[in-house]
Order: sequence, then C-alpha cells, then structure tokens
Amino acid sequence: MNTTKIDVTNLDFFYGRTQALFDVTMQIRESKVTAFIGPSGCGKSTFLRTLNRMNDIIDGTRLEGSVLLDGEDIYSSKLNVIELRKKVGMVFQKSNPFPKSVYENVAYGPRIHGEKSRRKLDEIVERSLQRAALWDEVKDRLEHNAMGLSGGQQQRLCIARALAVDPAILLMDEPASALDPRSTARIEDLISELRGDYTIVIVTHNMQQAARVSDETAFFYEGRLIEMGKTKMIFTNPTQKQTEDYITGRFG
Amino acid sequence: MALAPQYLKARIIRYIFQMSALTSVLIVALIFLFLGRESLPFVLRHGLSELFGGMWNPVSFENEQFGIIPLITGSVLVTLLATAIAVPFGVIGAVYIAEVARPAEREIWKPVIELLAGIPSVVLGFFGLVVVAPIVKATFGLSSGLNALTGALMLALMAIPTIITISEDAIRNVPTSFKEASMSLGASRLQTIWKVTVPAALSGIVAAVMLGVGRVVGETMVVMMVTGNAALITFSPFESVRTMTATVAAEMGEVPFGSDHYHALFVVGVALLLMTFGLNMIAQKVLKKYRIG
Repeated sequence: MNTTKIDVTNLDFFYGRTQALFDVTMQIRESKVTAFIGPSGCGKSTFLRTLNRMNDIIDGTRLEGSVLLDGEDIYSSKLNVIELRKKVGMVFQKSNPFPKSVYENVAYGPRIHGEKSRRKLDEIVERSLQRAALWDEVKDRLEHNAMGLSGGQQQRLCIARALAVDPAILLMDEPASALDPRSTARIEDLISELRGDYTIVIVTHNMQQAARVSDETAFFYEGRLIEMGKTKMIFTNPTQKQTEDYITGRFG
Repeated sequence: MALAPQYLKARIIRYIFQMSALTSVLIVALIFLFLGRESLPFVLRHGLSELFGGMWNPVSFENEQFGIIPLITGSVLVTLLATAIAVPFGVIGAVYIAEVARPAEREIWKPVIELLAGIPSVVLGFFGLVVVAPIVKATFGLSSGLNALTGALMLALMAIPTIITISEDAIRNVPTSFKEASMSLGASRLQTIWKVTVPAALSGIVAAVMLGVGRVVGETMVVMMVTGNAALITFSPFESVRTMTATVAAEMGEVPFGSDHYHALFVVGVALLLMTFGLNMIAQKVLKKYRIG
C-alpha cells in the first residue's frame, strides 16, 4: 500500500504579486495520514487548499506547476471542479456548520449532487454521522439547528458532512486548533479510525498531534517544503537543520 | 440634598437624552390620539357598518357614501403587485451585486441605485404618466394606461433600491466560511448562493422587503398620478384603482371642515395606520423566526 494518490510537481503559488509557495514537489500516499507542519504563514494551509482548488474562489490567485490526482491533472482546463471537490473533502479550521438542522447539514452534499430519495438520504446521514462518531450524541435531535451543538460536535458534524459525499481524500485544515483537549482527542481518535479508508491530509501546528496521528510528515517553512518523510523519521532523525530546530522548539 | 456639580451635570445630560428618546414616542402617541379624535365623530354618527360599504362617494346631493372597502382593495392590490414585481428584482439584483459582480462593476452599480432611491416621487409620477402608462396601454391593448399595474410598476421602482441596498448588506455579511464549506462539498457558485448564502441572509432580506413594502404602502404622489383614481372594488391589474393615501391627499384640501366627509378621511388614515402597523408586526415575527443564533 504505497501508491501515490496525489503527485505535486514544482508548484508555485501567488496571491496577486506575493508568492506564497515556492517550487513544492511532493507525493502523498494513498490511504495514509499525511501531516503538514510548520510555523504560521509558512504556506501549509495555502498548499492544502491547492489540492481541492479552494484557492480558486479567492480573486487574483495564480498557480504554476502541476498537481496530479490519480494521475490526472486537477488544474487542467478539462477538469470538472465539482467532481474534484466531491472526491476531495475538506474540513476547516473553524467549524462551519450551516445554520440549518443537523440532518440538513449532512444531507447538503448528497442533495446538491442530485440525491432526492428520502430513504437514501436518511441512510447517508446516519452512516456519515456514525463514521464521524457523532451519531449517538445527535440521533435524537437531527432536526435541531446545528449551531446549538458544542464546538467539538460541530467540528465532527463538519467531518460527517464532508464524508457524506463519499470522498476518497479528506483535507483537514487545523481541525482541532479551536477545540478543548477532550474534543481534540476525539478528533484524533476519529482520524485514526478513518485511516486506511481515506487518504487524509492534515495541517496542524501542534507537533504532538502530527506525531500521534500521521504516517508521514511534511515540514514547510517560508513557502518551501523543507523536508518530508515518515513521521517517526522526521521527529527523531530529521535530515535538515531547520526541521530539527523547529521540532525541538527552537523557533515557530 | 445637594448634589455635587458633576453628578448634577450627568443627570441633566441624562434627562436631555431621555427627552430626545421620548419625543418620538410622544409624537406617535399624539398621532394616534389626534387621528382617533378626528375619526371618532364619524363612527359615532354613522356607526361602523357605513364604512364597510362598497362605494366611496363622499360628495353627493342625495346619497353620500363612505365605504372604504374600495380604497382598501385599491391599496392592497397596488401594494401586492408592486411587491410581486419588486421582490424578485430587488433580491436577485442584490445577489448579483453582492456575490457575482466584479468589484469594479459594483462601484458603478451602487451609486446608480442610490441615485434611483433619491428621485423625488413626483418626478417618478411624471415619468409614469408620460412614459410608462402609454407603454402599458399599448402592450395590453387597454383604453387607458392609468391603472393598478402602472402604479405598481412605479412603486416597484421606488421599492427596489431599498430592497437592493439592505439585502446586499445582509448577503455580504454572510460569513465566507459558509460559502467555503458549500464550495468544498462540490456545490457550484449558484447552488451556494441559493442554498446557503441567501438562506443565511434571510432575516436581513426580509427586513429589506418589509422596508420596501412599507414605502410602497405609504406612497401617495405616484399612485395619485398614475392609477386613475377610480374607487372600484377590483382585483384586476388593468383597472383603475384609488388607494387610501391618494384619497386622503386628493380630498383633504377641499373638504368642509367638520363635515362627515372630513371625519371619514381620518377614518381612512386610521385604517392605513393599522395596515402599516400590522405589516410591521408581521415583519418582526418573521425576523424573530429566522434569526440565526
């Protein structure tokens, strides 16, 4: 199981005239958890957002280089962005459930992709909530507004919402940074459970978290990929001086 | 008990502020009182049943009639039509300006719409009389273009800027994170707008619509100029109608002080006030229901 799922080559990224990413080349393996670490502003979130083309919705951004998903160039003009985003789910730093019911939040994705059967939707909602380890807590209040859930529940709801469209890849942008330690632990457990079924990419600036949940770790600094390798290797025996300085807490 | 000067000063300032706040309340109360006093004699002399007649014929030698039903249906018809025209245009326009238009384009749209809001109603009335009425007449093959539809078109023109400006604010205030969540699930821009952004902005949009409708209900000059002013009970947009506002405005100047007709006009005023009051109440209810936590 060492197939490359995402293959990025010589990626440069610009916000207007400011270059945010410099010549990033990396392979992300299928069914593994890959963590991006690095200090704030190092480009790790920007890089994550190039993988489902979320940067497209920001005006004035530009990208050079190539991103292949299953061998297909996702920046090709022939690519269907909707299909891409269906395949590459995303969970954001700040939990962002819609101001709708718990049920409608999870059913949103399948609905916009044309699922109308109430029975099927019920099934998807239950399965997704179960996968996100939230079902038992919300099964009696599916019709309640999702804004009434706790922060940790909201974030798991967002994960369930992303899982509902049956993605192959799950991008997580600091999914636990706004949560208390207990909710964080639940999210980390969840990531461990989802490993194997999904290719997971997680941005975090909590190094312990990266060490706990990931198989591979990539260290970004000032828009460049400094080093990438097996998590154990990065944390015990990095080859780059900068990586070592960062993980030992000398800066960042 | 003598107060230290600085406390006295604070207290005086407090009273000044309180008075300013009270003034508006007081004025509303006075309006109610005054309308009540001037309309009551009519009710006392003729009873309420006279008002529910189907004919408004206040100046006649043998049989004066003061049925305000045709005036109410006139107002309701024109208002409903204008709302039906203004809401889709206003809301879609707001969505376009807030979500679709490029920033440079937005800079052109906004001042133009504000300009439209600033056109005096009498000027709009002229425009309606000279330009819109003939078009309506020709398009629908009518004998006259002065009818409820023409009035509604002009009123919609007045309500649209209000609806656009306020809805646009509400739509732009929807957090980007909602839109990102929707896009990341593979929703198109249009799906995101209709299923996430607009519902999240709904309370603001409802407020915008209510303000727009409020302006329509109370508007006088335009409807007086272009609706034909025939007090008929009708639900056809192609008939002439006479609204409550136009009736009061047109007849108040010539009515003998203290006559039945005079007091009847105040009754019309009360009915109008109750209508706008009801609209406001509904708006508040709707707002509360859709308020997002």
